[in-house]
Amino acid sequence: MTEPPAAGGRRLRDVVGGPMAVAGLVVVVLAAVAALFAPWLSPYDPSAQDLALRLAGPGWQHPFGLDELGRDILSRVLAGARISFLVGVVVVSVSSVVGSVLGALAGYFGGWFDELVSRLIDILLAFPGLLLAIALVAVLGPSLMHVLFALSIIGWVGYARLVRGQVLRAREIEFVQAARALGAGTPRILFRHVLPTALPAVVVQATLGMAGAIISEAALSFLGLGVQPPTPSWGTMLNAGIAHLLDAPHLTIFPGLAIALLVLGFNFLGDGLRDAADPKSVQA
Amino acid sequence: MPLVEVRHLVKEFPRRRRLLRPVPGVRAVDDVSFTIEEGETFGLVGETGSGKTTTGRCLLRLIEPTSGEVRFRGEDVLKASPARLRELRRDMQIVFQDPYSSLNPRMRVGAIVEEPLAIHGLGTRAERRRRVDELFGLVGLDPAHRDRYPHQFSGGQRQRIGLARALALNPSFVIADEPVSALDVSIQAQVVNLLLDLQRRLQLSYLFIAHDLRLVRHICSRVAVMYFGRIVELAPTAALFEAPQHPYTRALLSAIPVPDPDARPSRLVLDPSAFDRAAPLREVRPGHWAAVGE
Repeated sequence: MTEPPAAGGRRLRDVVGGPMAVAGLVVVVLAAVAALFAPWLSPYDPSAQDLALRLAGPGWQHPFGLDELGRDILSRVLAGARISFLVGVVVVSVSSVVGSVLGALAGYFGGWFDELVSRLIDILLAFPGLLLAIALVAVLGPSLMHVLFALSIIGWVGYARLVRGQVLRAREIEFVQAARALGAGTPRILFRHVLPTALPAVVVQATLGMAGAIISEAALSFLGLGVQPPTPSWGTMLNAGIAHLLDAPHLTIFPGLAIALLVLGFNFLGDGLRDAADPKSVQA
Repeated sequence: MPLVEVRHLVKEFPRRRRLLRPVPGVRAVDDVSFTIEEGETFGLVGETGSGKTTTGRCLLRLIEPTSGEVRFRGEDVLKASPARLRELRRDMQIVFQDPYSSLNPRMRVGAIVEEPLAIHGLGTRAERRRRVDELFGLVGLDPAHRDRYPHQFSGGQRQRIGLARALALNPSFVIADEPVSALDVSIQAQVVNLLLDLQRRLQLSYLFIAHDLRLVRHICSRVAVMYFGRIVELAPTAALFEAPQHPYTRALLSAIPVPDPDARPSRLVLDPSAFDRAAPLREVRPGHWAAVGE
Protein backbone atom coordinates (compact mmCIF):
# COMPACT_ATOMS: atom_id res chain seq x y z
CA MET A 1 0.00 0.00 0.00
CA THR A 2 2.71 2.43 0.96
CA GLU A 3 5.09 3.30 -1.83
CA PRO A 4 8.79 3.19 -1.18
CA PRO A 5 10.12 6.70 -0.48
CA ALA A 6 11.60 8.41 -3.49
CA ALA A 7 15.36 8.58 -3.55
CA GLY A 8 15.35 12.37 -3.56
CA GLY A 9 13.53 12.55 -0.24
CA ARG A 10 9.88 13.03 0.63
CA ARG A 11 7.31 14.35 -1.72
CA LEU A 12 5.68 17.68 -1.02
CA ARG A 13 2.41 15.91 -0.27
CA ASP A 14 4.05 13.91 2.53
CA VAL A 15 5.57 17.01 4.08
CA VAL A 16 2.43 19.13 4.22
CA GLY A 17 0.07 16.18 4.57
CA GLY A 18 -2.31 15.39 1.72
CA PRO A 19 -3.73 16.93 -1.45
CA MET A 20 -6.01 19.40 0.36
CA ALA A 21 -3.00 20.79 2.17
CA VAL A 22 -1.09 21.13 -1.09
CA ALA A 23 -4.07 23.04 -2.52
CA GLY A 24 -3.98 25.24 0.58
CA LEU A 25 -0.27 25.79 0.18
CA VAL A 26 -0.72 26.78 -3.47
CA VAL A 27 -3.43 29.33 -2.59
CA VAL A 28 -1.33 30.76 0.23
CA VAL A 29 1.82 31.02 -1.88
CA LEU A 30 -0.05 32.63 -4.80
CA ALA A 31 -1.71 35.12 -2.46
CA ALA A 32 1.61 35.89 -0.79
CA VAL A 33 3.28 36.54 -4.16
CA ALA A 34 0.33 38.71 -5.20
CA ALA A 35 0.55 40.69 -1.98
CA LEU A 36 4.33 41.08 -2.21
CA PHE A 37 4.27 42.27 -5.83
CA ALA A 38 0.91 44.06 -5.71
CA PRO A 39 2.29 47.44 -6.83
CA TRP A 40 3.73 45.84 -9.98
CA LEU A 41 0.88 43.41 -10.65
CA SER A 42 -1.95 45.92 -10.22
CA PRO A 43 -3.33 47.11 -13.55
CA TYR A 44 -4.33 50.46 -11.98
CA ASP A 45 -3.55 52.67 -9.02
CA PRO A 46 -5.88 51.32 -6.28
CA SER A 47 -6.86 54.89 -5.37
CA ALA A 48 -7.31 56.27 -8.89
CA GLN A 49 -10.91 57.13 -9.65
CA ASP A 50 -12.79 56.92 -12.91
CA LEU A 51 -16.07 58.45 -11.84
CA ALA A 52 -17.66 57.97 -15.24
CA LEU A 53 -17.44 54.19 -14.75
CA ARG A 54 -18.69 54.08 -11.13
CA LEU A 55 -20.06 50.62 -10.17
CA ALA A 56 -19.29 49.25 -13.65
CA GLY A 57 -19.33 45.46 -13.65
CA PRO A 58 -16.46 43.14 -14.56
CA GLY A 59 -15.16 43.49 -18.11
CA TRP A 60 -12.02 43.28 -20.19
CA GLN A 61 -10.61 46.58 -18.96
CA HIS A 62 -11.48 45.96 -15.32
CA PRO A 63 -11.70 42.19 -14.68
CA PHE A 64 -13.33 42.65 -11.22
CA GLY A 65 -15.21 45.82 -12.14
CA LEU A 66 -15.14 49.21 -10.45
CA ASP A 67 -16.40 50.31 -7.06
CA GLU A 68 -18.72 53.10 -5.96
CA LEU A 69 -15.96 55.70 -6.44
CA GLY A 70 -14.81 54.30 -9.77
CA ARG A 71 -11.71 52.54 -8.44
CA ASP A 72 -10.44 49.28 -9.97
CA ILE A 73 -11.50 46.43 -7.66
CA LEU A 74 -8.79 44.01 -8.82
CA SER A 75 -6.13 46.55 -7.88
CA ARG A 76 -7.81 47.13 -4.55
CA VAL A 77 -8.10 43.40 -3.78
CA LEU A 78 -4.38 43.07 -4.51
CA ALA A 79 -3.59 46.03 -2.26
CA GLY A 80 -5.90 44.60 0.40
CA ALA A 81 -3.92 41.36 0.33
CA ARG A 82 -0.93 43.34 1.59
CA ILE A 83 -2.91 44.52 4.62
CA SER A 84 -4.20 41.01 5.30
CA PHE A 85 -0.73 39.47 5.15
CA LEU A 86 0.77 42.31 7.17
CA VAL A 87 -1.80 41.77 9.93
CA GLY A 88 -1.43 38.00 9.77
CA VAL A 89 2.36 37.99 9.87
CA VAL A 90 2.71 40.64 12.57
CA VAL A 91 -0.01 39.25 14.83
CA VAL A 92 1.14 35.65 14.46
CA SER A 93 4.82 36.54 14.97
CA VAL A 94 4.22 38.65 18.05
CA SER A 95 1.70 36.36 19.66
CA SER A 96 3.53 33.11 18.89
CA VAL A 97 6.84 34.37 20.27
CA VAL A 98 5.34 36.00 23.35
CA GLY A 99 2.96 33.09 23.94
CA SER A 100 5.60 30.39 23.41
CA VAL A 101 8.12 32.01 25.73
CA LEU A 102 5.58 32.62 28.51
CA GLY A 103 4.07 29.16 28.07
CA ALA A 104 7.47 27.44 28.05
CA LEU A 105 8.66 29.23 31.18
CA ALA A 106 5.36 28.58 32.97
CA GLY A 107 5.40 24.91 32.04
CA TYR A 108 9.05 24.30 32.80
CA PHE A 109 9.39 26.14 36.08
CA GLY A 110 5.86 25.90 37.45
CA GLY A 111 5.30 27.62 40.78
CA TRP A 112 3.95 31.15 41.14
CA PHE A 113 4.93 32.15 37.61
CA ASP A 114 2.89 29.28 36.20
CA GLU A 115 -0.05 30.28 38.42
CA LEU A 116 0.16 33.86 37.19
CA VAL A 117 0.36 32.96 33.49
CA SER A 118 -2.31 30.28 33.77
CA ARG A 119 -4.78 32.59 35.51
CA LEU A 120 -4.11 35.30 32.93
CA ILE A 121 -4.83 32.73 30.20
CA ASP A 122 -8.06 31.70 31.95
CA ILE A 123 -9.19 35.31 32.21
CA LEU A 124 -8.43 36.11 28.57
CA LEU A 125 -10.06 32.90 27.38
CA ALA A 126 -13.21 33.83 29.27
CA PHE A 127 -13.75 36.70 26.81
CA PRO A 128 -14.93 36.03 23.28
CA GLY A 129 -11.75 37.00 21.43
CA LEU A 130 -13.22 39.17 18.71
CA LEU A 131 -15.45 41.00 21.19
CA LEU A 132 -12.43 41.84 23.32
CA ALA A 133 -10.60 43.08 20.23
CA ILE A 134 -13.59 45.23 19.28
CA ALA A 135 -13.71 46.68 22.79
CA LEU A 136 -9.97 47.37 22.81
CA VAL A 137 -10.00 49.08 19.41
CA ALA A 138 -13.12 51.02 20.32
CA VAL A 139 -11.33 52.38 23.39
CA LEU A 140 -7.99 53.01 21.70
CA GLY A 141 -9.49 54.38 18.50
CA PRO A 142 -9.61 52.74 15.07
CA SER A 143 -6.25 52.29 13.36
CA LEU A 144 -4.11 49.51 11.90
CA MET A 145 -1.66 49.69 14.83
CA HIS A 146 -4.45 49.22 17.34
CA VAL A 147 -5.82 46.27 15.39
CA LEU A 148 -2.38 44.63 15.48
CA PHE A 149 -2.15 45.31 19.21
CA ALA A 150 -5.63 44.04 20.04
CA LEU A 151 -5.29 40.87 17.97
CA SER A 152 -1.89 40.11 19.55
CA ILE A 153 -3.33 40.60 23.04
CA ILE A 154 -5.94 37.92 22.38
CA GLY A 155 -3.60 35.85 20.18
CA TRP A 156 -0.74 34.95 22.52
CA VAL A 157 -3.03 33.05 24.87
CA GLY A 158 -3.51 30.14 22.49
CA TYR A 159 0.22 29.68 21.99
CA ALA A 160 0.96 30.00 25.70
CA ARG A 161 -1.57 27.35 26.60
CA LEU A 162 -0.39 25.06 23.83
CA VAL A 163 3.32 25.38 24.60
CA ARG A 164 2.78 25.12 28.35
CA GLY A 165 1.02 21.81 27.86
CA GLN A 166 3.67 20.54 25.45
CA VAL A 167 6.44 21.53 27.84
CA LEU A 168 4.73 19.90 30.80
CA ARG A 169 4.53 16.72 28.76
CA ALA A 170 8.04 16.99 27.37
CA ARG A 171 9.56 17.61 30.79
CA GLU A 172 8.69 14.08 31.82
CA ILE A 173 9.83 12.38 28.61
CA GLU A 174 12.76 10.13 29.32
CA PHE A 175 15.18 11.77 26.89
CA VAL A 176 14.70 15.02 28.77
CA GLN A 177 15.31 13.18 32.03
CA ALA A 178 18.39 11.63 30.41
CA ALA A 179 19.73 15.08 29.52
CA ARG A 180 19.24 16.15 33.13
CA ALA A 181 20.96 13.02 34.35
CA LEU A 182 23.90 13.87 32.11
CA GLY A 183 24.21 17.24 33.79
CA ALA A 184 22.70 19.44 31.07
CA GLY A 185 21.71 22.95 32.18
CA THR A 186 18.24 24.45 31.89
CA PRO A 187 18.89 26.43 28.66
CA ARG A 188 20.22 23.35 26.90
CA ILE A 189 17.32 21.21 28.06
CA LEU A 190 14.77 23.85 27.07
CA PHE A 191 16.18 24.75 23.67
CA ARG A 192 17.65 21.41 22.61
CA HIS A 193 15.12 18.97 23.92
CA VAL A 194 11.91 20.55 25.16
CA LEU A 195 11.06 23.33 22.70
CA PRO A 196 11.84 21.36 19.51
CA THR A 197 9.27 18.86 20.77
CA ALA A 198 6.70 21.65 20.95
CA LEU A 199 7.68 23.34 17.69
CA PRO A 200 5.54 21.33 15.24
CA ALA A 201 2.44 22.11 17.28
CA VAL A 202 3.35 25.82 17.28
CA VAL A 203 3.81 25.81 13.50
CA VAL A 204 0.38 24.26 13.07
CA GLN A 205 -1.16 26.77 15.46
CA ALA A 206 0.60 29.64 13.67
CA THR A 207 -0.74 28.55 10.29
CA LEU A 208 -4.28 28.36 11.61
CA GLY A 209 -3.59 31.61 13.47
CA MET A 210 -2.87 33.36 10.15
CA ALA A 211 -6.40 32.48 9.05
CA GLY A 212 -7.81 33.73 12.34
CA ALA A 213 -5.89 37.01 12.23
CA ILE A 214 -6.90 37.69 8.63
CA ILE A 215 -10.57 37.08 9.28
CA SER A 216 -10.47 39.14 12.49
CA GLU A 217 -8.85 42.07 10.71
CA ALA A 218 -11.51 41.84 8.00
CA ALA A 219 -14.21 41.82 10.66
CA LEU A 220 -12.75 44.82 12.50
CA SER A 221 -12.28 46.75 9.26
CA PHE A 222 -15.79 45.82 8.18
CA LEU A 223 -17.07 47.38 11.39
CA GLY A 224 -15.02 50.48 10.65
CA LEU A 225 -12.66 49.79 13.54
CA GLY A 226 -9.68 48.74 11.52
CA VAL A 227 -7.91 50.11 8.51
CA GLN A 228 -9.37 53.48 7.56
CA PRO A 229 -10.37 54.49 4.05
CA PRO A 230 -9.01 55.18 1.55
CA THR A 231 -6.45 52.46 2.37
CA PRO A 232 -7.93 49.35 0.77
CA SER A 233 -8.62 46.44 3.09
CA TRP A 234 -10.90 43.52 2.31
CA GLY A 235 -13.03 44.33 5.33
CA THR A 236 -13.56 47.99 4.42
CA MET A 237 -14.31 47.00 0.82
CA LEU A 238 -17.05 44.65 2.05
CA ASN A 239 -18.43 47.41 4.21
CA ALA A 240 -18.55 49.87 1.34
CA GLY A 241 -20.09 47.26 -0.94
CA ILE A 242 -23.06 46.53 1.29
CA ALA A 243 -24.91 49.60 0.08
CA HIS A 244 -24.76 48.18 -3.44
CA LEU A 245 -25.27 44.53 -2.58
CA LEU A 246 -28.15 44.18 -5.01
CA ASP A 247 -27.29 46.55 -7.85
CA ALA A 248 -23.51 45.93 -7.94
CA PRO A 249 -22.74 42.64 -6.16
CA HIS A 250 -19.20 42.53 -7.58
CA LEU A 251 -18.23 45.12 -4.95
CA THR A 252 -18.65 42.49 -2.23
CA ILE A 253 -18.16 39.25 -4.17
CA PHE A 254 -14.50 39.75 -5.00
CA PRO A 255 -13.14 40.88 -1.63
CA GLY A 256 -15.41 38.27 0.00
CA LEU A 257 -14.01 35.58 -2.25
CA ALA A 258 -10.49 36.75 -1.49
CA ILE A 259 -11.07 36.45 2.27
CA ALA A 260 -12.74 33.06 1.96
CA LEU A 261 -10.06 31.65 -0.34
CA LEU A 262 -7.10 32.81 1.71
CA VAL A 263 -8.61 31.74 5.04
CA LEU A 264 -9.54 28.36 3.58
CA GLY A 265 -6.04 28.04 2.17
CA PHE A 266 -4.44 28.64 5.57
CA ASN A 267 -6.90 26.28 7.26
CA PHE A 268 -6.26 23.46 4.79
CA LEU A 269 -2.54 23.99 5.10
CA GLY A 270 -2.75 24.04 8.91
CA ASP A 271 -4.82 20.86 9.03
CA GLY A 272 -2.39 19.14 6.68
CA LEU A 273 0.58 20.23 8.75
CA ARG A 274 -1.15 18.96 11.85
CA ASP A 275 -1.46 15.52 10.27
CA ALA A 276 2.13 15.62 9.09
CA ALA A 277 3.39 16.82 12.47
CA ASP A 278 2.56 13.49 14.05
CA PRO A 279 5.88 12.68 15.74
CA LYS A 280 5.84 9.20 14.26
CA SER A 281 6.30 10.67 10.80
CA VAL A 282 9.41 12.68 11.71
CA GLN A 283 11.84 11.77 8.97
CA ALA A 284 15.49 12.18 8.21
CA MET B 1 33.00 1.88 52.38
CA PRO B 2 30.08 0.97 50.09
CA LEU B 3 29.96 2.75 46.75
CA VAL B 4 26.37 3.87 47.28
CA GLU B 5 24.65 4.13 50.61
CA VAL B 6 20.97 5.01 50.87
CA ARG B 7 19.61 5.82 54.30
CA HIS B 8 16.00 6.45 55.30
CA LEU B 9 15.10 7.73 51.83
CA VAL B 10 11.60 9.19 51.65
CA LYS B 11 9.76 10.65 48.70
CA GLU B 12 6.34 12.05 49.32
CA PHE B 13 4.28 13.30 46.40
CA PRO B 14 1.78 15.97 47.40
CA ARG B 15 -1.80 15.21 46.60
CA ARG B 16 -4.03 17.91 45.26
CA ARG B 17 -4.77 20.38 47.98
CA ARG B 18 -8.34 20.55 49.11
CA LEU B 19 -9.68 23.88 50.15
CA LEU B 20 -8.68 24.57 53.78
CA ARG B 21 -8.00 20.89 54.33
CA PRO B 22 -4.47 19.60 53.99
CA VAL B 23 -4.38 16.10 52.53
CA PRO B 24 -1.42 13.90 53.45
CA GLY B 25 0.86 13.14 50.50
CA VAL B 26 1.50 9.76 48.94
CA ARG B 27 4.68 8.12 50.18
CA ALA B 28 6.07 6.59 47.00
CA VAL B 29 9.32 5.79 48.78
CA ASP B 30 8.97 5.17 52.49
CA ASP B 31 12.10 4.94 54.63
CA VAL B 32 14.22 2.96 52.20
CA SER B 33 17.79 2.01 53.13
CA PHE B 34 20.34 -0.15 51.32
CA THR B 35 23.94 -0.16 50.20
CA ILE B 36 25.64 -1.08 46.94
CA GLU B 37 29.20 -2.32 46.98
CA GLU B 38 31.82 -1.55 44.36
CA GLY B 39 31.42 -3.89 41.37
CA GLU B 40 28.12 -5.26 42.64
CA THR B 41 24.82 -5.65 40.82
CA PHE B 42 22.11 -4.83 43.27
CA GLY B 43 18.58 -5.77 42.25
CA LEU B 44 15.50 -3.78 43.16
CA VAL B 45 12.28 -5.60 42.39
CA GLY B 46 8.62 -4.96 42.94
CA GLU B 47 5.40 -4.50 41.09
CA THR B 48 4.34 -1.40 39.19
CA GLY B 49 3.88 1.45 41.62
CA SER B 50 6.03 -0.09 44.35
CA GLY B 51 8.40 2.88 44.22
CA LYS B 52 11.40 1.18 42.67
CA THR B 53 11.72 3.60 39.75
CA THR B 54 11.16 6.60 42.04
CA THR B 55 13.92 5.29 44.31
CA GLY B 56 16.30 5.09 41.36
CA ARG B 57 15.47 8.61 40.19
CA CYS B 58 15.92 9.93 43.72
CA LEU B 59 19.47 8.58 43.83
CA LEU B 60 20.33 10.76 40.82
CA ARG B 61 18.11 13.61 42.04
CA LEU B 62 16.05 13.46 38.88
CA ILE B 63 13.34 13.51 41.49
CA GLU B 64 14.16 15.43 44.65
CA PRO B 65 13.65 13.17 47.67
CA THR B 66 11.66 14.53 50.58
CA SER B 67 14.19 13.39 53.15
CA GLY B 68 16.93 10.88 53.77
CA GLU B 69 20.51 10.48 52.69
CA VAL B 70 22.15 9.21 49.52
CA ARG B 71 25.90 8.83 49.87
CA PHE B 72 28.11 8.19 46.88
CA ARG B 73 31.64 7.28 47.94
CA GLY B 74 30.75 8.80 51.29
CA GLU B 75 29.54 12.13 49.89
CA ASP B 76 25.94 13.15 50.45
CA VAL B 77 24.48 13.57 46.97
CA LEU B 78 21.36 15.27 48.28
CA LYS B 79 23.41 18.10 49.78
CA ALA B 80 25.57 18.63 46.70
CA SER B 81 25.55 22.10 45.14
CA PRO B 82 24.29 22.33 41.54
CA ALA B 83 27.90 22.54 40.29
CA ARG B 84 28.99 19.57 42.38
CA LEU B 85 25.91 17.62 41.29
CA ARG B 86 26.95 18.13 37.67
CA GLU B 87 30.33 16.61 38.44
CA LEU B 88 28.76 13.76 40.40
CA ARG B 89 26.53 12.94 37.46
CA ARG B 90 29.60 12.09 35.40
CA ASP B 91 30.01 9.17 37.78
CA MET B 92 26.38 8.13 38.22
CA GLN B 93 24.34 7.36 35.14
CA ILE B 94 21.01 5.87 34.17
CA VAL B 95 19.65 3.67 31.40
CA PHE B 96 15.93 3.99 30.88
CA GLN B 97 13.24 1.44 30.36
CA ASP B 98 11.69 2.70 27.16
CA PRO B 99 14.11 2.64 24.24
CA TYR B 100 11.71 4.82 22.27
CA SER B 101 11.10 7.78 24.54
CA SER B 102 14.61 7.81 25.97
CA LEU B 103 16.21 9.02 22.72
CA ASN B 104 15.35 12.42 21.25
CA PRO B 105 13.73 11.57 17.90
CA ARG B 106 15.04 14.78 16.33
CA MET B 107 18.71 14.14 17.01
CA ARG B 108 21.10 11.89 15.12
CA VAL B 109 22.28 9.00 17.23
CA GLY B 110 25.88 10.19 16.98
CA ALA B 111 24.84 13.53 18.46
CA ILE B 112 22.87 11.74 21.19
CA VAL B 113 25.92 9.75 22.28
CA GLU B 114 28.13 12.81 21.96
CA GLU B 115 25.85 15.06 24.01
CA PRO B 116 27.27 14.11 27.43
CA LEU B 117 30.76 15.00 26.18
CA ALA B 118 29.47 18.30 24.82
CA ILE B 119 27.64 19.12 28.05
CA HIS B 120 30.81 18.65 30.06
CA GLY B 121 33.00 20.30 27.45
CA LEU B 122 35.24 17.27 27.09
CA GLY B 123 37.68 17.00 24.21
CA THR B 124 37.90 18.67 20.84
CA ARG B 125 35.43 17.93 18.08
CA ALA B 126 37.71 15.27 16.59
CA GLU B 127 38.38 13.67 19.97
CA ARG B 128 34.68 13.52 20.73
CA ARG B 129 34.04 11.92 17.35
CA ARG B 130 36.62 9.27 18.08
CA ARG B 131 35.12 8.68 21.50
CA VAL B 132 31.65 8.26 19.98
CA ASP B 133 33.03 5.71 17.51
CA GLU B 134 34.68 3.91 20.40
CA LEU B 135 31.41 3.89 22.38
CA PHE B 136 29.48 2.58 19.39
CA GLY B 137 31.97 -0.26 19.15
CA LEU B 138 31.76 -0.89 22.89
CA VAL B 139 28.01 -1.52 22.78
CA GLY B 140 28.14 -3.46 19.53
CA LEU B 141 26.89 -0.86 17.07
CA ASP B 142 28.40 0.10 13.75
CA PRO B 143 29.96 3.59 14.04
CA ALA B 144 29.03 4.13 10.39
CA HIS B 145 25.41 4.44 11.54
CA ARG B 146 26.10 7.55 13.65
CA ASP B 147 24.26 9.85 11.23
CA ARG B 148 21.02 7.92 11.39
CA TYR B 149 18.01 8.84 13.49
CA PRO B 150 16.72 6.75 16.41
CA HIS B 151 13.63 5.56 14.55
CA GLN B 152 15.88 3.78 12.06
CA PHE B 153 17.00 1.36 14.76
CA SER B 154 15.31 -1.58 16.47
CA GLY B 155 14.41 -1.54 20.17
CA GLY B 156 17.48 -3.53 21.13
CA GLN B 157 19.75 -1.27 19.11
CA ARG B 158 18.18 1.80 20.64
CA GLN B 159 18.82 0.43 24.09
CA ARG B 160 22.47 0.01 23.08
CA ILE B 161 22.51 3.67 22.02
CA GLY B 162 21.08 4.66 25.41
CA LEU B 163 23.76 2.57 27.06
CA ALA B 164 26.51 4.18 24.97
CA ARG B 165 25.22 7.60 26.04
CA ALA B 166 25.24 6.55 29.69
CA LEU B 167 28.78 5.22 29.41
CA ALA B 168 30.19 8.23 27.55
CA LEU B 169 31.37 9.93 30.73
CA ASN B 170 32.97 6.78 32.15
CA PRO B 171 30.65 6.39 35.12
CA SER B 172 31.37 3.89 37.87
CA PHE B 173 27.72 3.47 38.85
CA VAL B 174 24.82 2.89 36.46
CA ILE B 175 21.15 2.66 37.35
CA ALA B 176 19.48 0.29 34.91
CA ASP B 177 15.77 1.05 35.19
CA GLU B 178 14.08 -2.00 33.68
CA PRO B 179 16.51 -1.82 30.77
CA VAL B 180 15.14 -4.84 28.94
CA SER B 181 11.50 -5.11 29.96
CA ALA B 182 10.38 -3.23 26.84
CA LEU B 183 12.32 -5.55 24.55
CA ASP B 184 11.44 -8.84 22.87
CA VAL B 185 12.47 -11.83 24.95
CA SER B 186 14.86 -12.91 22.21
CA ILE B 187 16.65 -9.54 22.45
CA GLN B 188 16.60 -9.33 26.25
CA ALA B 189 19.37 -11.89 26.68
CA GLN B 190 21.64 -10.02 24.26
CA VAL B 191 21.26 -6.75 26.12
CA VAL B 192 21.63 -8.38 29.53
CA ASN B 193 24.79 -10.13 28.39
CA LEU B 194 26.09 -6.83 27.08
CA LEU B 195 25.43 -5.24 30.47
CA LEU B 196 27.32 -8.04 32.22
CA ASP B 197 30.18 -7.89 29.73
CA LEU B 198 30.50 -4.13 30.16
CA GLN B 199 30.41 -4.52 33.92
CA ARG B 200 33.47 -6.79 33.77
CA ARG B 201 35.34 -4.62 31.31
CA LEU B 202 34.58 -1.25 32.89
CA GLN B 203 34.28 -2.23 36.57
CA LEU B 204 30.72 -0.93 36.76
CA SER B 205 28.36 -1.20 39.67
CA TYR B 206 24.67 -1.54 38.81
CA LEU B 207 21.43 -0.79 40.50
CA PHE B 208 19.24 -3.11 38.47
CA ILE B 209 15.56 -2.23 38.71
CA ALA B 210 13.27 -4.96 37.41
CA HIS B 211 10.04 -6.78 37.84
CA ASP B 212 11.26 -9.92 36.12
CA LEU B 213 12.63 -12.13 38.86
CA ARG B 214 14.29 -14.59 36.50
CA LEU B 215 16.50 -11.80 35.20
CA VAL B 216 17.34 -10.65 38.69
CA ARG B 217 18.29 -14.18 39.71
CA HIS B 218 20.60 -14.40 36.73
CA ILE B 219 22.55 -11.20 37.23
CA CYS B 220 22.20 -9.75 40.74
CA SER B 221 24.32 -10.53 43.76
CA ARG B 222 21.82 -9.09 46.22
CA VAL B 223 18.16 -8.21 45.85
CA ALA B 224 15.76 -5.91 47.65
CA VAL B 225 12.01 -6.46 47.27
CA MET B 226 9.85 -3.36 47.41
CA TYR B 227 6.17 -3.29 48.27
CA PHE B 228 4.16 -0.06 48.59
CA GLY B 229 7.25 2.09 48.88
CA ARG B 230 9.03 -0.01 51.50
CA ILE B 231 11.70 -2.66 51.28
CA VAL B 232 10.09 -5.79 52.70
CA GLU B 233 13.02 -8.13 52.14
CA LEU B 234 16.69 -7.72 51.29
CA ALA B 235 19.02 -10.67 50.88
CA PRO B 236 21.74 -12.27 48.79
CA THR B 237 20.07 -13.54 45.63
CA ALA B 238 20.48 -17.24 46.38
CA ALA B 239 19.09 -16.87 49.91
CA LEU B 240 16.13 -14.86 48.68
CA PHE B 241 15.17 -17.41 46.07
CA GLU B 242 15.74 -20.44 48.30
CA ALA B 243 14.31 -19.20 51.56
CA PRO B 244 12.03 -16.20 51.01
CA GLN B 245 10.84 -14.86 54.35
CA HIS B 246 8.21 -12.28 53.55
CA PRO B 247 4.74 -13.32 52.31
CA TYR B 248 4.99 -10.82 49.48
CA THR B 249 8.31 -12.22 48.30
CA ARG B 250 6.85 -15.71 48.40
CA ALA B 251 3.86 -14.67 46.34
CA LEU B 252 6.15 -12.90 43.88
CA LEU B 253 8.40 -15.96 43.50
CA SER B 254 5.44 -18.27 43.01
CA ALA B 255 4.38 -16.15 40.04
CA ILE B 256 7.51 -17.01 38.04
CA PRO B 257 6.33 -19.18 35.15
CA VAL B 258 7.83 -22.64 35.00
CA PRO B 259 8.83 -23.77 31.50
CA ASP B 260 7.18 -27.15 31.88
CA PRO B 261 3.75 -27.78 30.37
CA ASP B 262 2.99 -30.52 32.89
CA ALA B 263 3.90 -28.48 35.97
CA ARG B 264 0.88 -27.58 38.05
CA PRO B 265 0.71 -23.83 38.55
CA SER B 266 1.13 -23.19 42.22
CA ARG B 267 0.69 -19.45 42.48
CA LEU B 268 0.23 -18.03 45.90
CA VAL B 269 -2.31 -15.29 46.16
CA LEU B 270 -1.16 -12.53 48.45
CA ASP B 271 -3.42 -11.76 51.37
CA PRO B 272 -2.43 -8.24 52.39
CA SER B 273 -4.20 -8.59 55.72
CA ALA B 274 -2.05 -11.56 56.68
CA PHE B 275 1.01 -9.46 57.48
CA ASP B 276 1.93 -6.18 59.08
CA ARG B 277 2.85 -3.66 56.41
CA ALA B 278 4.55 -1.44 58.96
CA ALA B 279 6.76 -4.18 60.39
CA PRO B 280 10.42 -3.09 60.52
CA LEU B 281 13.18 -4.97 58.73
CA ARG B 282 14.80 -7.57 60.93
CA GLU B 283 17.96 -9.58 60.20
CA VAL B 284 16.62 -13.13 60.13
CA ARG B 285 19.98 -14.55 59.10
CA PRO B 286 23.30 -12.80 58.54
CA GLY B 287 22.74 -10.50 55.54
CA HIS B 288 19.13 -11.56 55.09
CA TRP B 289 16.66 -8.91 56.19
CA ALA B 290 12.90 -9.20 56.12
CA ALA B 291 10.01 -7.15 57.41
CA VAL B 292 8.43 -9.96 59.36
CA GLY B 293 7.53 -10.22 63.03
CA GLU B 294 9.40 -12.38 65.52
